[in-house]
Amino acid sequence: MAELQLKSRRFRAEREWDWRRLEFLLKKAEGQGARGLTDEELLAVPVLYRGALSALSVARATSLDVGLTDYLESLCTRAYFFVYGTRTRLGERIANFFTRDWPRAVQSLWRETLVALAIFAVSAVAAYMMVSADMDWFDPFMGGMSQGRDPTATTEFLRSTLYHDGDNKGLSGFASFLFTHNAQVAIFCFALGFAFCLPTAALLATTGLQFGAFLALFASRELGPQAAGWLLIHGTTELFAIILAGAAGFRIGWRLIFPGEKSRIDAAAEAGRTAGTVMGGVLVMLFCAGVLEGLGRQLILIDWIRFAIAGGMLTLWLVFYYLPRRWRPTSVHD
Amino acid sequence: MSTIDLGQAPPGQRELITPEGVDLRVRLADGGQRIGAFVLDLLFMIIVWIVADIAIHYAYSVAGKDSGEVLGIVYTLGLFVLRSFYFTGFEMTARAATPGKRILGIRVAARNGGRLRAEMIFARNAMRELEFFLPVMVLLMSVFAPYMPRVDGGIILAGVIWTGIFLLFPLFNRDRLRAGDLIAGTWVVQAPKRRLLADLSDDGAEQLKGFDFTPAQLAAYGVKELQVLEQVLRANDRATLKAVAERIRRKIDWTPAMGERDRDFLSAYYVALRGRLENRLLFGHRRKDKFDKA
Repeated sequence: MAELQLKSRRFRAEREWDWRRLEFLLKKAEGQGARGLTDEELLAVPVLYRGALSALSVARATSLDVGLTDYLESLCTRAYFFVYGTRTRLGERIANFFTRDWPRAVQSLWRETLVALAIFAVSAVAAYMMVSADMDWFDPFMGGMSQGRDPTATTEFLRSTLYHDGDNKGLSGFASFLFTHNAQVAIFCFALGFAFCLPTAALLATTGLQFGAFLALFASRELGPQAAGWLLIHGTTELFAIILAGAAGFRIGWRLIFPGEKSRIDAAAEAGRTAGTVMGGVLVMLFCAGVLEGLGRQLILIDWIRFAIAGGMLTLWLVFYYLPRRWRPTSVHD
Repeated sequence: MSTIDLGQAPPGQRELITPEGVDLRVRLADGGQRIGAFVLDLLFMIIVWIVADIAIHYAYSVAGKDSGEVLGIVYTLGLFVLRSFYFTGFEMTARAATPGKRILGIRVAARNGGRLRAEMIFARNAMRELEFFLPVMVLLMSVFAPYMPRVDGGIILAGVIWTGIFLLFPLFNRDRLRAGDLIAGTWVVQAPKRRLLADLSDDGAEQLKGFDFTPAQLAAYGVKELQVLEQVLRANDRATLKAVAERIRRKIDWTPAMGERDRDFLSAYYVALRGRLENRLLFGHRRKDKFDKA
């Protein structure tokens, strides 16, 4: 038995070099992305992957070496994720997202968007009318977030909060706070859809109430249009984002309640993909709103320019989302 | 056990059939790995946060009072980007894993075995806000922020319970899905990088020259024992080697030669046993373990 030559040992010796080369290429690709590989290497990966895969099948059937099978399993899994994984570059992926995935997902949520808009608008109008009729309603709607902007404040103070000139340090802090607060509201609107839509609706209504109450307070001091300008310069973007986030939440909750033909978990996953795309866009919108709020509002103190920016942004978003167009077909690689 | 089917698949193993028709038998990341990865990522984010904080304060002290407002805005937006895109950004790379996940050898994958798409990553990480960041922020703000009304213990307790439910969510379903995974159609699987270990038969073939086992002696064990022996040889622990060697010698009636070393004996026996089992396998006899009479 001295010259024993195990078949499994020969099997391994013949293929080991290929496996090591595949491992090396994967390491390179995982480190620097697919562009780290030369064309030749890129073509070699699928071939080596299939070789390793067939070796794995053989090893499972005939080899008794656990170390080898475990290694091949891990190698094949890594290679599988590379070969059948995302091959587009991050930049291309982002470009696809902006030109196709994002607006298309928003379009497909149009029903939910209308519902979210309706809830927000009705609450805002209701709060506006109630606070106009009786200032006592202001506090319950605003909660603790008004920072001195309440019915007891003087008109001069209220006016100064709309057009401060740089030494009013509190305001930009308030702006940042509002931004993160509203970003959270948006993300919350989405995430709470998971709990069957109702919390999302409640959150949209609360935001609408605050909006209406805030405007009503300023309108009672003849500062209505000015306050609207102050709010809307970033508000058209931000509120639109919140409404879209609410729509995304509604989609998920609705599909969880009424999965239709699919199983509940598949329906949720499918809705989650559309809603997730919208949420990616919502984050971008919130970021734009944050910049407008933090910088635009501090620098631009003239009402009509504020309104022009508000209207311009709204038009921009509407055109971007809803302008009918032909979609580039989804490539097989992203 | 990943080689020859010795019975039930382990509980964390899931079928993943490649288009070539091979089941990759992926293993789900376990609870400890998930929590560990998250804690690590949190730690990395806090480190970035602290560095940014120091940088902003330094910039403020250099640029003077007027820069306060702009710096404040940059700071707030920066933190927003860090919080929203840390996970998303890293999971969109080829490795589909945050640094914490990489360290622990796990990655995100699509549950249907297909491509992991960007929108899945957005969805699973947007839910993270609900699961963790928001409750924690609310708690922190209610404790530290001057403009928030003080809240009582009841609300804090509710926040803790809320976070707790979501944090423990993965432990209470079969596929260890987080709420975000559920929505996004993803799961987290193990993707360890394994090194190709040396073939034990290389060493054993050398040793075998000094040993001569009879077929009866080699018929004592099956595949399961062979694989245990492989583990013992790879671990290479002196006490275990001795115990196992004595056990095998007794079982197969082997009288050790003068100065025979335990490891050499086991190596030789390993390669001889593997040779026999392999040969019999080729003729269709698969012997599961020593109790199998095949």
